[in-house]
Amino acid sequence: MNKIVSLICGIVFGIGLVISEMINPEKVLGFLNIFREWDPSLAFVMIGGLIISIPTFHLFKNKNKPLFSSNFSIPTNKEIDKKLIVGSVFFGAGWGLIGLCPGPAITSIALLNMSSVIFVISMFVGFYIASKAT
Amino acid sequence: MNIVNFTPVSALTGGLLIGLSVALFFILNGRMIGISGIASNFLVSKNNRIENLFFLVGLILGPLIYNIISNKEINISISNSLILLIAGGVLVGFGTRLSSGCTSGHGISGISRFSLRSIIATITFMIVGILTVFITGML
Repeated sequence: MNKIVSLICGIVFGIGLVISEMINPEKVLGFLNIFREWDPSLAFVMIGGLIISIPTFHLFKNKNKPLFSSNFSIPTNKEIDKKLIVGSVFFGAGWGLIGLCPGPAITSIALLNMSSVIFVISMFVGFYIASKAT
Repeated sequence: MNIVNFTPVSALTGGLLIGLSVALFFILNGRMIGISGIASNFLVSKNNRIENLFFLVGLILGPLIYNIISNKEINISISNSLILLIAGGVLVGFGTRLSSGCTSGHGISGISRFSLRSIIATITFMIVGILTVFITGML
């Protein structure tokens, strides 16, 4: 059952990225371009997401278990360390360079855009390097 | 600064769907969505590998299903050179794995938990993203 849930959640998430236009790098770069011509739209994507996810998390986190799994797995790492900051700096640089982050990049494979396929392959190389380096 | 291309309604609608996906995944499967985590764990970890694969397949089906339902074409444009695409992809992959999260994992799931780690990560990648766009815009 939780594989079906994964598939459906992936589809809903992917459609959300399409409707919000977060899948379009031009839109993302417009959002990050606050010093020139700023497109604030993507702030509303975050607001929309948080309006639902904040209450859901706090309502359910103390429940015994999720419906289709034996326990909740919630990240426990609280450390503000160099890895967190350096990683976020690298991510921000790559995001600002192309306008793609992991979700929209993978979703955009559906459009058979050669550039996004190259980006995704490179991203997986980056995952691999980081997993070996840490 | 000028405000351009502002589309708050579609952005909010898409955001609500993303929030719905995060909420369902948590209530039903017990996990907080972070796409970089799902994708990189699919690559390097045996834990939940099939579940992670199904999520990634779902992501890719999203635009196709949207296209069938709405009959609207989805257009994106990426005009970067090959070298920049590779550099950007590696930076995003390496960085999100190192910091354990991306726009979804830190920006939505982490902030939902009021995690200080995620709030700091989100502020950091936003500022660096803004600076990167500012600098590349001058070149």
